[in-house]
Amino acid sequence: MENLFIDINVYTALALFVVGFIGGMVSGFIGSGGAFVLTPAMMTLGVPGIVAVASNICHKFPKSLVGAMKRHKYGQVDVKLGVIMGIFAELGVLVGKHVMTDIKHEFGEVGTSLYVSVVFVVVLAIVGGFVFRDAMRMFKQEQAGGGVEAPHEVPKLARWVQSVHIPGTMMYFNALKAKVSILFIVPLGFATGMLAATIAVGGFIGVPAMIYVLGAPALMASATELVIAFVMGAGGTMLYSLDGVVDIRLAMIILAGSLFGIQIGAIGTTYVKDSVVKFVMGLIMIIVLFSRFFYVPGYLSQLGLIETMQESTITTLKLLGDATLVIALAVGGITIIVALIKGMATHRREQLLLAGGEA
Amino acid sequence: MSHPSKPSLLPTISFGIASAVLYFLLFQYSDHFVEWAERTRQDEKIFFLVPVVVAFVFSYFHGHFTGHFWESLGLRAAKTKTVTKSVKKTQA
Repeated sequence: MENLFIDINVYTALALFVVGFIGGMVSGFIGSGGAFVLTPAMMTLGVPGIVAVASNICHKFPKSLVGAMKRHKYGQVDVKLGVIMGIFAELGVLVGKHVMTDIKHEFGEVGTSLYVSVVFVVVLAIVGGFVFRDAMRMFKQEQAGGGVEAPHEVPKLARWVQSVHIPGTMMYFNALKAKVSILFIVPLGFATGMLAATIAVGGFIGVPAMIYVLGAPALMASATELVIAFVMGAGGTMLYSLDGVVDIRLAMIILAGSLFGIQIGAIGTTYVKDSVVKFVMGLIMIIVLFSRFFYVPGYLSQLGLIETMQESTITTLKLLGDATLVIALAVGGITIIVALIKGMATHRREQLLLAGGEA
Repeated sequence: MSHPSKPSLLPTISFGIASAVLYFLLFQYSDHFVEWAERTRQDEKIFFLVPVVVAFVFSYFHGHFTGHFWESLGLRAAKTKTVTKSVKKTQA
């Protein structure tokens, strides 16, 4: 009988708990993005690729459920938008997996890895760059306004999307405070799922799409992404579980850490402005993007598209890429904690002033 | 000035104990979980439900525990922050 599951020792458990904790914090804050480091981390510990992916997904859906419920309490979640996007994201996951399988048959494992890297670089460069620039613009605006939060402005594209009226397809969404044709939601959900199947983090498309294409505030978009992640994760877990490749022990260890983290991330969103959520998201996306630069030369060399590189050089570059992923997660975690501490201090000062004024 | 009320430790402790018991059982009987996964691979598909049910149960107990845990340490959400306010402000 083939044994796909590794023996878990204290060190393995501790490492996964810590990564889960920081990943959970990032997910609670920006809606997703904390899990990208878990699959490579598990594989480094000797877990077969398919089991790593399956166990990662299996920890994601209960984590997203807890995060979504927490942020729903704060009035940040649009359940309807999340469920609809989640259903179409599920379709995207199925098609995305199919595309990956086709590429694997055609070009082998290295071809798939190169495809994933190219998607990583292109999507994160365009979307991450845009989100980061927007966060900077909001910071400047807030600085000029004496620290007052920049009001939520519906972007031009979203204004157009909200103005298009297609009879029989219009639906009202709380996050948008407007009706939008479901025909716009379908491709966005689908693209979120495609990305999730490719790079494991659909939220890098889902959250910016809700902000810039549909017109949701960043806080609501990141909270609603947790519903999408739950729907996608639950479906994905069932599919992988039918193949018997979910290692529930690994998934629950990661969940142990990530549920501690997701609470902090979710609470953090109540102390920060929209611009901070965008800043953290943009920052993580850009650092993750750089991690891929270390992988690409190895894949190109293995496919014979550039001069053959030594195996040791490829391994070193891969290690650097993995280290960059860890840095992205750590930077995200630290930024959230700093934002939370600052936000709590400001909040306390405001409460004291308010109490002083009332007295 | 009104101070925020101190949260009760009882839910933290009870959910904490429940969560610890669940993790103890998971590792005490880990061989069974490995075996059920193997049987799913060998076409006894009913066992596919095991990870799904386990994930839901753990998320309930451990999710409540972690929420109460941070709350008992004083980490609570800001009460004044509302998202809808900023949206309405722009539309007005």
